Amino acid sequence: MKDITRINNPYGEDKAIESCSIFGMMDTTGKRFSGEGIIKAIANMHVRGNGLGGGFAAYGLYPEYADFYAFHIMYMSPEGKTDTECFLKQKFEVVNAEELPTRPTITIVNPPLVRRYFLKVKKQECREQSEDDFVVNRVMDINTSIRDTFVFSSGKNMGVFKGVGYPEEIGGYFCLENYEGYLWTAHGRFPTNTPGWWGGAHPFNILDWTVVHNGEISSYGINRRYLEQFGYKCTLQTDTEVITYAVDLLVRKHSLPIEIMAKVFAPPFWDDIERRSQEDRELITVLRQVYGSLLMNGPFTIIIAHQGEMIGLTDRIRLRPLTAGVKGSMLYLSSEEASIRLICHDLDETWIPMGGEPIIGSLGKPLKSKETTLAGKVA
Amino acid sequence: MVQSAIKQKNNDPAVRIDAEGLLTRELNLKLREVVSNGAQKIEIRNVYGQRYIGTDLDKPVEIEIFGTPGNDLGAFMDGPRIIIRGNAQDGCGNTMNSGEIVIHGHAGDITGLSARGGKIFVRDGVGYRVGIHMKEYGDQKPVLVVGHTAQDFLGEYMAGGILILLGLNLKEGEKHRASYIGTGMHGGVIYLRGDVDDFQLGKEVGIAELDGGDYVNLELFVGEFADHFGYDAKGILKHKFIKLFPLYLRPYGRLYAY
Repeated sequence: MKDITRINNPYGEDKAIESCSIFGMMDTTGKRFSGEGIIKAIANMHVRGNGLGGGFAAYGLYPEYADFYAFHIMYMSPEGKTDTECFLKQKFEVVNAEELPTRPTITIVNPPLVRRYFLKVKKQECREQSEDDFVVNRVMDINTSIRDTFVFSSGKNMGVFKGVGYPEEIGGYFCLENYEGYLWTAHGRFPTNTPGWWGGAHPFNILDWTVVHNGEISSYGINRRYLEQFGYKCTLQTDTEVITYAVDLLVRKHSLPIEIMAKVFAPPFWDDIERRSQEDRELITVLRQVYGSLLMNGPFTIIIAHQGEMIGLTDRIRLRPLTAGVKGSMLYLSSEEASIRLICHDLDETWIPMGGEPIIGSLGKPLKSKETTLAGKVA
Repeated sequence: MVQSAIKQKNNDPAVRIDAEGLLTRELNLKLREVVSNGAQKIEIRNVYGQRYIGTDLDKPVEIEIFGTPGNDLGAFMDGPRIIIRGNAQDGCGNTMNSGEIVIHGHAGDITGLSARGGKIFVRDGVGYRVGIHMKEYGDQKPVLVVGHTAQDFLGEYMAGGILILLGLNLKEGEKHRASYIGTGMHGGVIYLRGDVDDFQLGKEVGIAELDGGDYVNLELFVGEFADHFGYDAKGILKHKFIKLFPLYLRPYGRLYAY
C-alpha cells in the first residue's frame, strides 16, 4: 500500500456524520450537453458535503478518440509522471497525451498534476487476454506499484474529473462547461471514515464504469477480500471503490443483467424470499449463496454509470435518499428533488423509488416510470 | 440582496419573499424578521431546497411555499401554518410542537419524525419511516394524514399521536405495499384505509376493529384532509378502516432490566 498521508486532508480524519450529495442526468436519445447544468444542480446541495471531495463523470466525452482508452492520471510528484509515462509507452501505443485544462481556483489547494492519455493496447502485450482485462490489470499495476500516481479514469469515450474541494469548485477547476456528454453524474463528499484526498473523491472508476455513492459500506472488508481473488486491488482507501470493481466483475466479466446485480448488492431479506414464487426464490437463493460476499451491507444510495446506461440504486431499507425525475427523454437522479427542479422547472413526474429496486435509464430506450415503485406520483 | 428580495404591496396583507439564490440561513433570518414585525401571511416563491423553513417561529402566521422546500421543513415549529404547492423532501415536521403543514404533493422519508404536536396533511404518498417516534403528552397529540400510500417502516417506534393512511391511489382490492408497519410501536394509533397482510406488520402491533371514539377521530381529521385537497370525506369514510395499536407499552422494558 502506498503512503498517502502527505496528500491527506488538513482537517483531521475524525469520524463525522453528515451526508454526501449525488446527482445524475442522462439524455436517453444520446444528445450531448455541457456540464453547466449538473454543476448548478450539485452546487444546490452544497450543505450535504464539506469541501473534502467533489467530482464528475461524463459519457460521450471524447467522440474523436472513441476507440482509445482515455486515462486520466493524477501525479503527486514529477518522478511519478516519468515512471508512469515510461510504463505506458511499454504497454500501450500513446495516441495523445496532454495536461487536463484547468482554471486557477483559490479554494483548490495543492492540486496534483492531472494528465490525460489516449491509449491503444499493443496486441503483442495483450496476448490471449481481452483488451479490457489487460487495461484493468495495468491500472492495478500503476495504482499499486508506481509511486505518487493514481489512474482515476480508464474508459473509452468517457472521463472522470475529481479532487478535494466542493463539487462546484472542482467543476470550475476542470472547466467542465467546455465538455459535452449525454450522461453526467456528480458527487459532493462528506468523508466519514476515510481520508478526504484527491484519489478518494468520487466518482470511482474502472474501464467505463463509474460509481458515486452516499452512505457507508460496512461490508467493505469482506467485499474487498472477495474481489482480490479476481485481481482487483483496492488502493484508494474508500469503501466505494469495492462497488466499482464489483460492478465490473458481475456485469462485464460474469455477464449478469443490471437487475440481477441489484439483487446481489441489495438482496431481499430471507423472510421476504420465502414469500416469493418458486422461480424467484431459487434465483435469489442461488445469488445469495454464490455472491454472498458481494452483498453491500450498510446504508447506501449509488448512481452507477457506463456507456449507454445510468442506474440508481439504494440499500434494501433505503437508509439514504434518492429521488427520480423524468422530463421527455431526460432521466434525473438526485439526493434531493429541489436540485432536479432547479435545472428542470417542468418535470413530467418525480417519484421516490423503493429500497433495493433499481431505476435504469438506457440509451435509445424510452423512459417509463414503474407504477409499483411510486411513493407518490406528481402529475 | 436579502432586503431587495422582499416586497410588500399596499393593501395586500401577504409579505412576498423571492427565495431565489437565498441560502437557508438568509431565508430563515428573513422569516424571523418578517414574523416579528407582525406579518400574518407570507408567500415564498422560487424555493429550491432551503432547509428548516418555519423553524423557530412561534406565532400563528401562514406561510405559502411555491417550489420544493428542503429537508426538515417546519422543524421544531410552534404555531405557524405552512402550505406547500409542490413536494416536501425528507424530515418534514421534525419534532414539531404545534401548527399545521399542508403538502399539495408527496413527502419524503421520516415525515413527522418525533413530532410532539400539530398536524401534517400530505395529499399524495410518503417515503420510509414516516411518523417515526411521534409522541404525545396530555393534550399535545400530533396528527399525520397521508392521502396515498407509504413505504416501509411506517410508524416505527411510534410512541403517541394519530397516523392515518388513506390509500386513495390503491385500486379496489389492492393492498398497501409497506412492510414493517409499526415496528417497535409502543403508543398512539394508526388507522389504515385499505388492506395489509399480517407479515407487513411489525411484531409489536395488533389489529382491532374501530369503535365510536375512533370514528370521531377519523371524521374530524379525514374531514380536514378532504377540505384541504378537495375530496369528499364521506366517500373516503365509507370504505373499511383497520386500526393498529401497540401490544405493549414498554416492549423493551424487560430487555434492559437488570
